[in-house]
Amino acid sequence: MLPLTQPVRKLEPWQDPNEKPYIQIENISKSYGAIQAVKGVSLSIYKGELFSLLGGSGCGKTTLLRMLAGFETPTAGRILIDGIDVTNWAPYQRPVNMMFQSYALFPHMTVYQNIAFGLKQEKLSKTQIHERVQWGLDLVQMLSFAHRKPHQLSGGQRQRVALVRSLVKQPKLLLLDEPLAALDKKLREQTQFELVNIQESVGITFVLVTHDQEEAMTMSTRMAVMEEGRIRQIGVPHDVYEFPSSRYVAEFIGTNNIIEGLVVEDEPDHVLIESQEAGCFVYATHAASMPIGTHVAIAIRPEKVMISTTPPAGSRNCTKGVVREIAYLGDMSIYYVELESGKVIQSSLPNLLRLSERDVKWDDEVYLFWRAENGVVLAT
Amino acid sequence: MGRRGVFVLAGREWRGACNMISDGFLNYSWQQGQEKLNTLYTKGKNSQRKLVVFLPYLWLFLFFLIPFFLILKISFSSSLIGMPPFSSIFEWVGDNLLQIRFNFQNYLSLIQDSFYREAFTSSLKIAGSSTLCCLILGYMMAYGISRANPKWRTVLLLLVVLPFWTSFLIRVYAWMTLLSTQGLINSFLMKIGLINFPLQLLNNSYAVCIGIVYCYLPFMVLPVYTTLEKLDPVYVEAAFDLGCTPWRTFWKVTVSLSKPGIIAGCILVFIPAIGEFVIPEILGGPDTIMIGRALWWEFFNNRDWPLACALAVAMVLLFVAPIMFFQRQQALALERGE
Amino acid sequence: MRKMSYSGTVSLIIGYAFLYLPILFLIIFSFNESRLPGVWVGFSTKWYHLLFDNEELLAAVLTSFQIASMSATSAMILGTLAAVSMVRFGFFRGRTLFSGMISAPLVMPEVITGLALLLMCVTFERLIGWPSERGMMTVTIAHTTLAMAYVYLIVQARLQDFDRSLEEAAQDLGAKPIVVFFKITLPLIAPSLLAGWLLAFALSLDDVVLASFLSGPGATTLPILIFSSLRLGITPEINALAAIVVGIVSIGVTIAGFVMVRKKR
Repeated sequence: MLPLTQPVRKLEPWQDPNEKPYIQIENISKSYGAIQAVKGVSLSIYKGELFSLLGGSGCGKTTLLRMLAGFETPTAGRILIDGIDVTNWAPYQRPVNMMFQSYALFPHMTVYQNIAFGLKQEKLSKTQIHERVQWGLDLVQMLSFAHRKPHQLSGGQRQRVALVRSLVKQPKLLLLDEPLAALDKKLREQTQFELVNIQESVGITFVLVTHDQEEAMTMSTRMAVMEEGRIRQIGVPHDVYEFPSSRYVAEFIGTNNIIEGLVVEDEPDHVLIESQEAGCFVYATHAASMPIGTHVAIAIRPEKVMISTTPPAGSRNCTKGVVREIAYLGDMSIYYVELESGKVIQSSLPNLLRLSERDVKWDDEVYLFWRAENGVVLAT
Repeated sequence: MGRRGVFVLAGREWRGACNMISDGFLNYSWQQGQEKLNTLYTKGKNSQRKLVVFLPYLWLFLFFLIPFFLILKISFSSSLIGMPPFSSIFEWVGDNLLQIRFNFQNYLSLIQDSFYREAFTSSLKIAGSSTLCCLILGYMMAYGISRANPKWRTVLLLLVVLPFWTSFLIRVYAWMTLLSTQGLINSFLMKIGLINFPLQLLNNSYAVCIGIVYCYLPFMVLPVYTTLEKLDPVYVEAAFDLGCTPWRTFWKVTVSLSKPGIIAGCILVFIPAIGEFVIPEILGGPDTIMIGRALWWEFFNNRDWPLACALAVAMVLLFVAPIMFFQRQQALALERGE
Repeated sequence: MRKMSYSGTVSLIIGYAFLYLPILFLIIFSFNESRLPGVWVGFSTKWYHLLFDNEELLAAVLTSFQIASMSATSAMILGTLAAVSMVRFGFFRGRTLFSGMISAPLVMPEVITGLALLLMCVTFERLIGWPSERGMMTVTIAHTTLAMAYVYLIVQARLQDFDRSLEEAAQDLGAKPIVVFFKITLPLIAPSLLAGWLLAFALSLDDVVLASFLSGPGATTLPILIFSSLRLGITPEINALAAIVVGIVSIGVTIAGFVMVRKKR
């Protein structure tokens, strides 16, 4: 069983100053008349990455992808692939291939012909084409389907053909437009693993566009969260999840409790925030330096918020409230606790004990607390 | 002739085309500034593109646009004997003098001579009443088909279209045989003793009306059917639920909501009907004068090409241009989102 | 609601009777011994014999078919090019004019189109000596110009419906636009091209006004022949011709229907 994330190295390529980015997107903008779909996006993607563009609909991620593929021309900015400026290149000139959301398999051609199409454009010999097509079909275990037509395949099978059709061309960059959107949940999970495995074995740089956070977090080496044409945060999934840089990202990825307060103490190793909302002092260790009196927001993940019926030691990072709702999700439960100020904080706990055996029930008065390093002070 | 329209075998194509007709087919032609026209062939292939456009463009320019300017030009010349039977407007007199003579007599004749006024009005009358009859029959048929079992609908539509795959002339001839004094209807009526002398059913405006309705029926049925099919039965049910009688519902709901189809169908019938030549020529009499016939006579019988051209210009200005303008307004209104 | 369905059925019966009875009588009386269309005298196929002996008519049929094939093919090509230009190319100079020109033949009365083209032929003849005389070529040009608008209508509708992502995928895989058009787009819109061709063929075969304006001696088309004989009165040979045409068309449509039903399976 292959590991899902990259094997641990001393330095990741984006951390290594000597490493040159494989794909360089410089200040790309795209406007349609008065509407700006992409506003000044800059991105560096390194070779062999599985990079995700994550965002809601209308955030510009698909436009950015299409600009990488060559179907849209940027209004401003440059795109460099392996050092070459391809901004004005047509799609058929670029060493980039795309897997479309609808798969776009040619209905009048067989699976074999579909896969061979791209190779024919490269003017390869018949033997070469045959070899590559066989390799491709073998990669996704579709050898026996070579002579079927797309309408005779299932959704998952069509997706595999679409993927292989692009892979056999050995592009420098493979773009995937919401690859798992059309699949049901079970198939999605399975395909996530398969895609990552294929990517690692073939070694091609992937750029993925998705609105599904789980997908982005499970599969990517790094991800970028986009909103309204701009990039809000780039990082490895772990960093984006644990250390969101803005309120938008904090609320977009998973669920988050956002507490607002004023800075009362600013020291090199910590920041102390007084929150009326939470009715307590928040002692946060992960924070930039900021002047006293600044109004800030702190994000605390529900799974980091602990519940107890007995008051914990210490008065910081802990508050009191009443359990209003318990959402039972099978593997875990989410407790909605209403504080004195009326604010509701979520706390999620795995169901180690069955519901009847637990000591926290509806309308119980409970104490919520979290560790100092789990509160993230948000920049905006 | 009629507009042979869009009765083709592959269902999707004519359905799509019919949808276009219902939504105002000329809208598609007039639609400028479509915001997101996916221009696939983005870079450096403009020369290739130009070649693709060039061929049909040149053809239409040569064989459609220029000829119309010719008509305009010749409408200002005078009739001559000889080949070509019209005088030239531009004449070089001496070395540096270009004499341009515009003859307005043709247009004056059109205005002054009551014959042409009669021709215009009778064309309007005949085309108008034919369109109305066509609408009634066509709407009923479209309604019947839309209410039929879904399995049969395509077949029924095909049966409406099928006669029109046979020759237009033959269909007109069929009515000729039916309506003539020795024809089927007269013989039958005389046989059963209803009449003693044959009725003059042929060679009048009524025969022309019947002919037009007969030949243009699909142009009414198809657009109306397309709109009726798209009509959600929920509206009729809602009307019933609110206490409306079937008859009132039919008028207030069904007919009102199928207005686009009705308008499209009427336009598709009315416009060609005005300029119709074959039907009035065969089924009409010496006193059924329609403009199409008048133009033909001027051209072929009187050999008065300039007058025929003036008549053509008048036809375009009076009939075609307003319709095109109307369609364009509709298209713009559609774009503005009314 | 019941009332509605009855009225629907009744109107359909009336409508179809209106449509088909005249043709039916036409066919029946093509077998009539007598010349008079109203009275049934006896069964005879003499009109069919007369039809096939009529050399003039057979020559006209050949001419019509030739003109129809040529104009249908050119109309199909030009109409498709026009549709591709309008649907796939964005804005280009003269686009409005082009869109007006391409759909104008649909609304223009044929007498005017015929007149216009004839005048143009005469003018061209004076200026550059071609066309030297009116005949098959000029009729073909006229029919092409008219049919082009219909082919455009059909192909354009299909192209708009066409899944763009297929063309994009082909481009993405390295195919230049021309290759995309011939390998991907064309095979998939082929049915509508065929439909356009058939429509143009039928139009040309049936047209009398344009043909009358633009033909000359030696290029008599079938409709012209029929038209002139109709003006003289009723001839049962035309009934026989009508019956044959109806027969051919019905067989053709039935075959097409079967082919389509089989394709669906």
